[in-house]
Amino acid sequence: MFAANICFMGEDIVGSGAGIELVGLTKRYGAVEAVKEIDVKIPAGTYCCLLGPSGCGKTTTLRMIAGHEGVSDGDIIIGGENVSELEPARRGTAMMFQSYALFPHLNCLDNVAFSLKMRGVSKSERRASALEYLALVEMEQHAQRLPSQLSGGQQQRVALARALVTKPDVLLLDEPLSALDPFLRIRMREELKRLQSELGISFIHVTHSQEEAMALADLVVVMNDGRIEQAAAPRDVFERPASVFVARFIGGHNVMSGAVVGEDPASAVAIRADRVRLARAGRAAGDESGETHDITARIAAVEYLGLWAKLRLDAPELEDFTVALPDSQFFDQGFTVGESVTASWRSSDLHRLGADR
Amino acid sequence: MEWLRSRSAYLQAAPLSLIFLLFFVLPIAMVVVVSFFDYQAYQILIPDFVLFNYQDVFSSEVTYRTYFITFRFCLMVWAITLVLGFAIAYFLAFHIRTITMQIVLFLLCTIPFWTSIVIRMIAWIPLLGRNGLVNNALVASGFTDAPVEWLLYSEFAVVIGYVHLYTLFMIVPIFNSMMRIDRSLLEAATDAGASGWQTTWNVIVPLCKPGIAIGSIFVVAMVMGDFVTVNVLGGGQVASVGKAIAAELSYLQFPPAAANSMVLLGVVILLIMLLMRFADIRKEL
Repeated sequence: MFAANICFMGEDIVGSGAGIELVGLTKRYGAVEAVKEIDVKIPAGTYCCLLGPSGCGKTTTLRMIAGHEGVSDGDIIIGGENVSELEPARRGTAMMFQSYALFPHLNCLDNVAFSLKMRGVSKSERRASALEYLALVEMEQHAQRLPSQLSGGQQQRVALARALVTKPDVLLLDEPLSALDPFLRIRMREELKRLQSELGISFIHVTHSQEEAMALADLVVVMNDGRIEQAAAPRDVFERPASVFVARFIGGHNVMSGAVVGEDPASAVAIRADRVRLARAGRAAGDESGETHDITARIAAVEYLGLWAKLRLDAPELEDFTVALPDSQFFDQGFTVGESVTASWRSSDLHRLGADR
Repeated sequence: MEWLRSRSAYLQAAPLSLIFLLFFVLPIAMVVVVSFFDYQAYQILIPDFVLFNYQDVFSSEVTYRTYFITFRFCLMVWAITLVLGFAIAYFLAFHIRTITMQIVLFLLCTIPFWTSIVIRMIAWIPLLGRNGLVNNALVASGFTDAPVEWLLYSEFAVVIGYVHLYTLFMIVPIFNSMMRIDRSLLEAATDAGASGWQTTWNVIVPLCKPGIAIGSIFVVAMVMGDFVTVNVLGGGQVASVGKAIAAELSYLQFPPAAANSMVLLGVVILLIMLLMRFADIRKEL
């Protein structure tokens, strides 16, 4: 949707992009540690998502990178330069706020031109430049409107233009999609991704939606309780979650005690919900190649979701165990709530989890 | 029952309308009527319809001079209370972090209002008088040889009195406007490279316009109509429109006082309409 005019007037419209490194970054509020010595390297031109539940420290981390929150300990390095003590505007970052924070008394054009005005750019020059950035997000026809006259999606585009006009090396986005309705959210998600790949700068995007992170990110940083649980590509995070927390948070996994599969009861293992086969109790579950585990359980709940069906199983040794069955198989077998079934899986599909950090 | 339902809205509005009618519309209507009455030394009110009360107001040179002095008071007090009020509201809204502390400091601002206006004004006399604290300090420290005369019973004293009385009326609406400003707007301004002054000037002041307008209306209306402060701190040396009306009342010249009041009312309404043009205060209510 964003126009192809990424380069206009022969100038680069954004900074050149720079890698970001957080070294032992810590934030303390009194005795409380909101962010605990995190280390992460984000290469230049990466779409990075900070993912975690609310209160995990992801927004604090973003605000420290932006410079709106002081650093208690550790360093923030952007493009090889330690920016921990620099003012927000001197870091090469630009922030897009959760509620967009557009100036309500200024029209779209002046909102986008604001940072240029602060730098003393002349009125005609800054308006011409702002109009180009509004065109980039296809909002030029609304240049004279006030933010209150725009829809949520339109406000977001203006906020995006306002952030990009500073030619940042890194764009910081604080839950940018959470204020939009689900339909618009998915469309804006695509546009953000396209914009990032066309501009070639790094985006750091805070979200609590694992789906959003999986869809957008080159690098997913899963955070919990002020620490990084795992920082890896989305596929790695999904296929090889590093800890019980990650496996639970990313979804699609059943986390069990090692005792269920005859291992150390203190350890934890995970099996993907779509790798479990189901048969009526006492019958074999079909394909029996390789070593398998099986377990007898009762179907506690059934949800038919179109492409697949979600069955929740109940057994003394399991907690919160879900099986995802393709819809054809679900209807062939005709499982109903209350039935006794045997769930089985190949032991090669098991994934051993590290303890939570 | 049907009757009650169809008229319930009117019934609900009735008590306020009645109070408004009785205590606002009726007195003003009476002043309007009296302003057209005739009067004599031995008969205070002679029902009539004459225009000379108004003719006297507009033809007298004294009227223009008192209005000029009053406008000048207005402008000075408005400028001083605006700067003070904005600064104090800014401090309360953006530098005090806890609500408790904000409330405590706010109450501190209201302390002058715990006593009557006359006592508050009289309290300045031992401070500013010929042998008051300020003069004693000035003489003792050698700044001046003799006590400064213009401290009390002067326009200076009247302005001090007004500022003392009315700054709070500027603080409250501006503070209210400031508390409505989304804090992320300030961060967005910082993010865009704005300095503290630039943020204040480009973001906070425009967004405080309604509060500034409301505070200005309070201050202008009160200074225009005041006569107590001028009386106590001006000590007969200083004139103002309110004092002129009070003087006419003390001579029992009710019709001219009424005409003068109507003119003052018209002027204040014009000033308020002018102020309303600068900001949409309805947003703030």
